[in-house]
Amino acid sequence: MLLIAFYILSSVVVLSALFVIAARNPVHSVLWLICAFFTSAGLLVLIGAEFLAMLLVVVYVGAVAVLFLFVVMMLDVDFVELKQGFLSYLPAGALLGLALLAEIAVVAVAASSRAPSGTFDPKPGAATNAEALSKVIYTDNLLLFQLAGVVLLVAMIGAIVLTLRSRPHVRRQSAAQQTTRRRKDAVELIDVKPGQGL
Amino acid sequence: MAGALGVEHYLAVSAALFTIGVVGIFVNRKNIIVILMAIELILLSVNINLVAFSVFNGDLAGQVFALMVLTVAAAEAAVGLAILVVYFRNRGEIAVENVSVLRG
Repeated sequence: MLLIAFYILSSVVVLSALFVIAARNPVHSVLWLICAFFTSAGLLVLIGAEFLAMLLVVVYVGAVAVLFLFVVMMLDVDFVELKQGFLSYLPAGALLGLALLAEIAVVAVAASSRAPSGTFDPKPGAATNAEALSKVIYTDNLLLFQLAGVVLLVAMIGAIVLTLRSRPHVRRQSAAQQTTRRRKDAVELIDVKPGQGL
Repeated sequence: MAGALGVEHYLAVSAALFTIGVVGIFVNRKNIIVILMAIELILLSVNINLVAFSVFNGDLAGQVFALMVLTVAAAEAAVGLAILVVYFRNRGEIAVENVSVLRG
């Protein structure tokens, strides 16, 4: 049963990964990428790594894929033109892929002589996977955890600094100027005598 | 156990994902958005690999490491796309071939 679910999920992952790199429209690529992330989260749930699976959904689908979607839709690019070199680059890419696959096959054949490892334990010494992971993250790997936070902070500031642009010629609403403006600055009452100009 | 789910199954999937990602970088030479997505695929395969080894060996260090890879992947995507947006603003196109004009 586990094996059947694994085969279904893994074939979906591989197929959607193929569609990511082959799709004509980058929006479709992003959607296939989301599909690949979701299904690989399913693969992780299958062996009991629930926390990492949920993290995959939250971070990859919720943040990264949406970021990609935003950028793809924000940039006004002629994507047909970008796809031009696809066929000319295909032989080199296919050759490289075949070489990689051949190497992996050699390793797989060598490894298949071993007995398959059928047992797995996603939560050694704890009730749930998340609990086991938290016991490790917040004690032994605390520094690593905080470093991850620093990495994210640096990335956030970097992205903001890169994309922020000050446009001096654009006239914006200044709330401070508006609220500090008093009646005497704007209105002047003048007594006009009859028969006389100002 | 002949019909059991083993670490080899997961290694095969992650190897296939890695290969697809590398081929994707080569095939989509012009479209940097798809190149970034291929890099995400490669990092995903690394994550699957780390988690599989961690779970089948009963050692949580691999999952902690996968957490870090996930963080770096998110940071990389954010900064990469920000650079892409700036580049598009300056040049009005995102063809990667012409990036070398930045060279001095």
